[in-house]
Amino acid sequence: MISLPEIKDILNNNDPAFLEGLARKSRTLTQQYFGRAVSLYAPLYLSNYCSSHCTYCGFQSKNRIARVRLTPEQMQSEMKAVAETGIESILLLTGESYEATPLSYLKEASTIAKQYFSSISMEVHPMGTEEYRELFLSGVDGITVYQETYDRGRYKEVHLSGKKSDYDYRRDTPQRAARAGMRHISLGVLLGLSDTVGDLLALYGHLRWMEKHFPGVEYSLSFPRLRKIKGRAFAICNVSDLDFIKILCLTRILFPRVGLNLSTRETSALRGHALELGITRISAGSNTSVGGYHLKSAGEQEPQFDIEDQRSVEEIVEYLKSKDFDPVLTDWRRIENSV
Amino acid sequence: MKDSPLTIAGKTFTSRFMLGTGKFKNKSDVEKSIGASGAEIVTVALRRIDVERHEENILQYIPEGITLLTNTSGARNSQEAVRIARLARESGCGNWVKIEVINDSKYLLPDNNETVKATEILSAEGFIVLPYMFPDLYAARALVEAGAAAVMPLGSLIGSNQGLKAKEFIRILIDEIDEVPIIVDAGIGAPSQSAEAMEMGADACLVNTAVANAEDPAGLAEAFSLAIRSGRLAYLSKIPAAQEAAEPSSPLTNFLYEHDLSS
Repeated sequence: MISLPEIKDILNNNDPAFLEGLARKSRTLTQQYFGRAVSLYAPLYLSNYCSSHCTYCGFQSKNRIARVRLTPEQMQSEMKAVAETGIESILLLTGESYEATPLSYLKEASTIAKQYFSSISMEVHPMGTEEYRELFLSGVDGITVYQETYDRGRYKEVHLSGKKSDYDYRRDTPQRAARAGMRHISLGVLLGLSDTVGDLLALYGHLRWMEKHFPGVEYSLSFPRLRKIKGRAFAICNVSDLDFIKILCLTRILFPRVGLNLSTRETSALRGHALELGITRISAGSNTSVGGYHLKSAGEQEPQFDIEDQRSVEEIVEYLKSKDFDPVLTDWRRIENSV
Repeated sequence: MKDSPLTIAGKTFTSRFMLGTGKFKNKSDVEKSIGASGAEIVTVALRRIDVERHEENILQYIPEGITLLTNTSGARNSQEAVRIARLARESGCGNWVKIEVINDSKYLLPDNNETVKATEILSAEGFIVLPYMFPDLYAARALVEAGAAAVMPLGSLIGSNQGLKAKEFIRILIDEIDEVPIIVDAGIGAPSQSAEAMEMGADACLVNTAVANAEDPAGLAEAFSLAIRSGRLAYLSKIPAAQEAAEPSSPLTNFLYEHDLSS
């Protein structure tokens, strides 16, 4: 296994021939372990109420935006609209409000989502093992929780208040979710928040630790780059396309079987290239506003971040087929979860 | 040379090549690979079968007459494997099931203990159970005891194309387990490796990744099929054992018995 100092050297090496070699190795491994299959999912925002103050986020508590939380009836219509596009794997998101979107609300969302989707993941406020177990039993299969940055100092600077400002509680969230029985856990860092090399080293270390202690979980990683929100930049992302691709390739080489996600934050052109190199899971037809699929017109929407790839699910499916990829919409058949 | 058919749970098959359907770039390549190889048993992960929508359903690409072996990919323990198998049967996928219980996402090694438990439950429920397993003799015996219709030891890690890394342990299963067929599954990356398994006396081979990732999947599927047939014929013909030193085809001492040397 490659050592951590070696990883640092690789990330600092910008020789084009070296990068080409990295890309070739990454592509070969991806082909070997995933073939041409690319899984598709869509995010669905349930609520933008948030009690944390994170300086880079469009939903943070200090932002004066219209706060919305879907009612069960509204969830039905939003989920129906997404399901009609062919999506079967859904990622349900909320802002981090323990009061506005408590466990009972999330369980209700999961119960409704089961009618429309074969696989449900959630990206919501961190919880304890018992609460995750309740979510698992209610039909949630996966948890997405990004540490954002592993740099404690920087973490404190950008997470000013709310539960999210507790670094350790957030870092230990994946293990609580795994202990509760979750099948999929997605980890990540928000590129641009802090020193990229330091964050990657810590993320890789975290994933290795999780693999060792919870080997049965299917892991995936995401490397979101900071985006503008309604055209305004909250922080500058200094991670270039070259660095971004290098990170993807290095990650694939270090973790050949781990899923690599790419959201519609990135442009369709970059997504196309990244798919050839190592990405195995992409969001499609995404909307990052609460009620954005069906309930609200574009002018009324408050997105968490601006999306770059505006293509519909159908367009992405056709694109993937034209590039000899196999778009996978169905990758799980719901069985009753038990512990 | 005439071969006896492969018999699993009383059903007979001419082909000893079995095909997995994951990782292909498109579903029509699956169909072409089945056609070119003459595979009669095809395994499909239930998690990938979209029975509700019917659009691009993998089952539409599997010709009639092929025995569908639904696998329990995604099961982490025996209970989940049992639920997936039952769901497969309820969904109209039949009762042939390949048990895969994997609780390690890094190496994808099968959990033999949980596999035995699932086999026992599902066999009792009337399923034809073909368990994917790590080639361990005790586990293989337990699987047979639990009602398995075949045992499917791994050649090497799933998707690795490393070939028969577990060769000596598979050989033990071939020597000791004669109640059910031994089907080598996982890790076979080239036709020569499948031929090697068959020459040892394996009853069949299941291949997926190598075919799916080939530039011409149907061409490689056919090559595997031929190699498996070749290996089978070699096994039936009893390949002479290898010798440490050269053995001349005209022995050096024959003259002692052919002529009277005293004159």
